[in-house]
Amino acid sequence: MPESNLDLIASVILVLVKIGVFFAVFMLILAYITLVERRFLGFFQERYGPNRVGWQGLLQPIADGIKMFMKEEITVSGANKAVYILAPIVFVAAALMTFVVIPFGDVIWPATMEIGGRVYNFTLANANRGVIADVNVAVLVIFAISSIAIYGLIMAGWGSNNKYSLLGGVRASAVMISYELAAALAIIGIIMTTGSMSLMDIVIHQKGYWFGVIPKWFCFKQPLAFVLFLIAIFAETGRTPFDFTECENEIVAGYQTEYSSMKFALFYLAEYGHILAASALMVTFFFGGWQGPFVDAPVLKYFLPIIYFCIKTSIVVFFFIWVRATYPRFRYDLLMKLGWKFLLPATLVNILITPVLMKIFGDL
Amino acid sequence: MTDVTKLKSAFPDVVVNVEEYRGDVTVILKQEAFLPVCTFLRDDPDYSFRFLADVTAVDYKDKTPRFVVVYHLLSHEHNQRLRLKVPLDDMNPEIETVVNIWPTANWHERETYDLMGVKFLNHPDLRRILLPYHWDCHPLRKDYPLEGKGEE
Amino acid sequence: MAQPEIKLGEERRGGDTETMEINMGPQHPSTHGVFRAVVELDGETVVKVVPHLGYLHRGIEKIAENRTYHQIIPLTDRLDYMAGASNNLGYCLAVEKLLGIEAPPRAQFIRVIITELSRISSHLFWAGATAHDLGAMTPFFYMVREREQILFFLEMITGARLTPSFFRIGGVAMDLPPEFHDECMKFIKAFPPRVDEYEALLTENVIWKSRTKGVGYLSAEDCIALGISGPMARAAGINWDLRKNQPYSSYDKFDFKAAIYNGCDAYDRYRVRMMEMRQSNEIVRQALEGLPEGDYSVTMKGALKPPAGEVYKAIEAPRGELGFYIISDGTVQPFRMKIRAPTFVNLQSLAKMSEGRLFSDMVASLASVDLVLAEVDR
Repeated sequence: MPESNLDLIASVILVLVKIGVFFAVFMLILAYITLVERRFLGFFQERYGPNRVGWQGLLQPIADGIKMFMKEEITVSGANKAVYILAPIVFVAAALMTFVVIPFGDVIWPATMEIGGRVYNFTLANANRGVIADVNVAVLVIFAISSIAIYGLIMAGWGSNNKYSLLGGVRASAVMISYELAAALAIIGIIMTTGSMSLMDIVIHQKGYWFGVIPKWFCFKQPLAFVLFLIAIFAETGRTPFDFTECENEIVAGYQTEYSSMKFALFYLAEYGHILAASALMVTFFFGGWQGPFVDAPVLKYFLPIIYFCIKTSIVVFFFIWVRATYPRFRYDLLMKLGWKFLLPATLVNILITPVLMKIFGDL
Repeated sequence: MTDVTKLKSAFPDVVVNVEEYRGDVTVILKQEAFLPVCTFLRDDPDYSFRFLADVTAVDYKDKTPRFVVVYHLLSHEHNQRLRLKVPLDDMNPEIETVVNIWPTANWHERETYDLMGVKFLNHPDLRRILLPYHWDCHPLRKDYPLEGKGEE
Repeated sequence: MAQPEIKLGEERRGGDTETMEINMGPQHPSTHGVFRAVVELDGETVVKVVPHLGYLHRGIEKIAENRTYHQIIPLTDRLDYMAGASNNLGYCLAVEKLLGIEAPPRAQFIRVIITELSRISSHLFWAGATAHDLGAMTPFFYMVREREQILFFLEMITGARLTPSFFRIGGVAMDLPPEFHDECMKFIKAFPPRVDEYEALLTENVIWKSRTKGVGYLSAEDCIALGISGPMARAAGINWDLRKNQPYSSYDKFDFKAAIYNGCDAYDRYRVRMMEMRQSNEIVRQALEGLPEGDYSVTMKGALKPPAGEVYKAIEAPRGELGFYIISDGTVQPFRMKIRAPTFVNLQSLAKMSEGRLFSDMVASLASVDLVLAEVDR
């Protein structure tokens, strides 16, 4: 066997391990975000939230999971069965796939390592970097995947043979399609400045400080894009104040009205998956990703970026919950109006002024 | 207290009687021509009873007339109330609707029809409102039993 | 602000579309009880609303014909269970009018205290539930926190939280407990800042305004024609509050303002109720401070047999004009009792408010009616 092939095998093994660990940790975090949200909502609303199962309710997600497994699996009569079953799978798969391209750390493994007397090279396929696949068109990948997620909702609305679900599905498709456009266009300013669509490059570009204190994050460099992207991402994840795809007071539960048991659990999980993905994107694009003090220090560099990334993402997730506790729900047509008449022109303005400013001031 | 002398002089044939009890004035009208009286009461600036508070009917079982339809009027302008009573002498009670004068009468009359069995002629949508559509009795009539299923 | 001109179905896009009919209720999150509306939708635009009532019909008027006057009191607070004391008050005043008696001043003040506390609790729950209908979760919990305290007071006085049945014909059942005064004063002092807190969450909130302003529009003329009373009418600029215009139970001794706004929409109905909570709080304070000494009930001997006659007595319940029409034939039971339920009448406006608007607006309109189905169906 040629020498270089051994390196490749070592790298692939490392990648697989990375995916496995990432997936396990990710599912655990997803389950616990539900707990975090409920506890925080309880905190905001002067009540306890779940605190009975385990210490401070720590076993609640597990209890919920068991409960979901035990529930009866109901398929509505008249449902389009294939579409009905496929919908939650599509939705949850899309939520998970986004994370493939999001960098969660810098270097997580030494480039070379001596094992059994041979020095193995782990840099192939970016195996030692904190990203599962450093695609050079990562931004496009993300928006492609999030379009697939919409199909999950439309299929659920269409397949359930329920008018409320149908309304939910239609609302979801209309809102998400218009807001995806705004979200994608808001990012273009960043791509222009960075000159790359790779998320790793975008994170690396945000290194350094102005005057030694203010980090060179895109939320300061591209404030307009930041606000627009924030609004768009709220609409896209279907969270308060834009949660009409499933708002219980109008259309009962929207697209998931007819789902029960694990199919419902998948929707539930995927919803939080999308929130997590949106928060991670937010951090990557605008809060410097895994950047932070001492990320280049000798040993710290392997895990400090991951910690920074997790902390920043948690703060954004908290922001999502905070908004949910504070705001009423917007109206569907008003949101469409906001999307097409304000967000879209504003993103175009941002695209216009970014190169002008770059020409005048250069890249700060 | 509402002064009804003008009403009496305007419709001497329709106003049968005027009663007063504990400050409530009741005008008893003939069924045949009571609609113009209602329009008059609503539009005349001395009365302007533009607000119809309530429509109901009373079943006097053994007396004649058996059914009496009761309207409660309110005038915001003059801060006065007035009660109109229209006795129906038929065993199959029917009366003209007042929906065209006071739109709010719509549901009141449906309810009266539903529970008391008084038919309102020319009502736009005279269906049962509280009871199921297939019910075939009128429970607020005095001969409706208090126990049992009623239909028997 | 006028209703926008609507073009529907065929007129808008040629003849190849059809409308969709959905069944909203009797189990639907925002119908607040067992109310059912068959809604015809063109896309998300409401074309036609057909309400169906009666799921909670218990025949209270029929039962009342077979009970003595005292026995009817517990039936009345099953009408509007969010403010049970108001119904008790309306009924007792009607029978007192029939008898030609009046409760002693202390009893009247106690009645005012209890009814106004109920009004606050009813409005609190309305505001919370409406905010929740429009997607804001948190105000509900804040409002229920204060409502809980009011229910605690009601329990302290009457022994029951929702259905007090505390008023008697000619007075009240008992005197106020001695510790009530101080506890209630504490609450009254703390309450206005709490209302500020709710208003901070909602009143100037852009989303809240965009959801409620111009929604559920009903002009003053429409309100009068449709027989609408209470906060809904006052939000259309109709200066009509029975506590002011036809004072009962010594409301003329208190200094308060009727809450009047001119928006004719759901937003101003919300503001009217917020204002009314502050005013009611003020009335309770004045009643507590000026509570007269003396009897809390008139003494009546023997069975209660009002003279033959008929009366109609209306009071300003939290939802509008609550009227009792009682016919006595001189026996111990009323010959006929008709209840003029405010929400039954107000609900009639639902079709007018929501046809031609979006489905989401229909939810807001329905919420602004302040629906209590037990009262609608009786």
